[in-house]
Amino acid sequence: MYEIFGIPSTALFGQLLIGLINGSFYALLSLGLAVIFGMLNIINFSHGAQYMLGAFAAYLLLQYSGLGYWPALIVAPVLVGITGVIVERLFLRWLYKLDHLYGLLLTFGLALIIEGVARNYFGSAGLPYTVPESLRGGRNLGFMFLPNYRAWVIVASLTICIGTWFVIERTRLGAYLRAATENPTLVRAFGINVPRMITLTYGFGVALAAFAGVMAAPVYNVSPQMGSELIIVVFAVVVIGGMGSIFGAIVTGFGLGVIEGLTKVFFPEASNTVIFVIMAIVLLVRPAGLFGRRG
Amino acid sequence: MERLADPLAKKPSALRTHSEAIAFVVMIAALLAAPFLTYPLFLMQAMCFALFACAFNLLIGYVGLLSFGHALYFGWASYLSAYAAKAWGFTPELAILTGAATAAACGLVAGSLAIRRQGIYFAMVTLALAQMMFFFALQAKFTGGEDGIQAVPRGYLFGVIDLRNEVAMYVVVLVVFLAGFLFIYRIIHSPFGEVLKAIRENETRAISLGYKTDRYKLVAFVLSATLAGTAGATKAIVLQLASLTDVNWPMSGEVVLMTLVGGLGSIFGPVVGSFAILVMQYKLAAVGEWVLVIQGVIFVACVLSFRRGVIGELANKLRIRL
Repeated sequence: MYEIFGIPSTALFGQLLIGLINGSFYALLSLGLAVIFGMLNIINFSHGAQYMLGAFAAYLLLQYSGLGYWPALIVAPVLVGITGVIVERLFLRWLYKLDHLYGLLLTFGLALIIEGVARNYFGSAGLPYTVPESLRGGRNLGFMFLPNYRAWVIVASLTICIGTWFVIERTRLGAYLRAATENPTLVRAFGINVPRMITLTYGFGVALAAFAGVMAAPVYNVSPQMGSELIIVVFAVVVIGGMGSIFGAIVTGFGLGVIEGLTKVFFPEASNTVIFVIMAIVLLVRPAGLFGRRG
Repeated sequence: MERLADPLAKKPSALRTHSEAIAFVVMIAALLAAPFLTYPLFLMQAMCFALFACAFNLLIGYVGLLSFGHALYFGWASYLSAYAAKAWGFTPELAILTGAATAAACGLVAGSLAIRRQGIYFAMVTLALAQMMFFFALQAKFTGGEDGIQAVPRGYLFGVIDLRNEVAMYVVVLVVFLAGFLFIYRIIHSPFGEVLKAIRENETRAISLGYKTDRYKLVAFVLSATLAGTAGATKAIVLQLASLTDVNWPMSGEVVLMTLVGGLGSIFGPVVGSFAILVMQYKLAAVGEWVLVIQGVIFVACVLSFRRGVIGELANKLRIRL
């Protein structure tokens, strides 16, 4: 055991790991927000509630149909994604011609509904969700103990993030998406069904949130308010990174998670607020955000 | 923002030109008669929220800025007002002024950060800054953490009038509310207010006409924060309590809901909206968490089919200004 800046190395690396875990969720959620905003021009306030829905879907699948973690990792995002598609068809599509603020208000209302219903049926206390058999235990890296599940969360979310970035920036489908963001009318003229693309984009963004929720279930408890506090932090992350770039959202998410983890070691009182303070500084120095375009 | 058809386009009758004055008289009459019909404490609380919503509406309705963090000014003003009255032994009017000054200072700092971004980002920045100040309130010693500041003395107004008397307290709250309401009315109808509306309609054009829009936005933001703070500070004296509820994000959402229900950008809308929402919360107190769901449904319904709000729709139907 040795010390760095007077802090035991195990504590330092332990918090760094927690920071990376939190950063994985920030990255996944801000990525989903950025994808949705790019296509729909709506800030999805219900993103946190949909993340919570993902965790609850995993919990309910385990309780009532015996589906374990691995199937839930696929099934829960698909189910929640379908609710997203329904929400887009029923509500959001009426708002595209209006001021952006209405999209924010409507999805805020949806978040209240989802959280309220969850609280009614499950109370405010957290429900436990155990780590799957295959990922229990951990390994000793010499300088710290690394639980297998936490390593998996970091690897999985990095993979999903980079995969999403690749699809949007490097494939034909992604090119259609980016083109439709720039000029939907022209893209429609090429025979591409833009409204359907918008619907599916929203469904995909929501599914990403639910995927993060399933991964979060064994780390944190499953509780109705798990999303609402996270989403405010993710908003700050999005303001810092700017939503112009997918890559920026990923880097900012992980980076801020790590900074938050380090703050917990060196100055624990500020660990709740450090991301907001960074946001304030970024607004002073680079008002458009680290990776953002002015706007 | 959806624009109202100009209600004064048709030739005005006396009733139409004076619609606002008539509504104002009706409102005062109702507020004077109401304590005989229902609980004064409820009415005082509702007037505080009405002023809060009017202050919020000054930003969203007349400058087009959606602040999703107005609980910051409401809550912190109520903390400082409660603390000044309890720990420093300030008289109520000084305690309320302390609260309002706190909100003004917070508004100046948060506002100058938030106006650096537009539209949707503005809403997210204000929300994040409010959440930061919520954590400060949670950790600071003087706020009492989860307990809040309880048993705040109402004290003697100007050191003379005992505010434990409900009639005296009611009159004070009524005066604070009406003063705030008329002040906002004056702002909206001043040359300054016209510039604010120009920014709402087309900021780029306002800039090209030579207006320093950032300064106008900042002044409007500070005014709105100060008035929201006045409402929060008064509420702390009335209810003798300042707590985390007042400074947390659901409070920011609630004031948005009140204003949206009543009508964004109508002067009487937020008043009606806040009374309606508070009555609903009292009636539905027994159903517990379902209140959250119902509020969510109202949000969705308002945004989809009722964007002008109750008063906005009424004004539009009758072709008058309210």
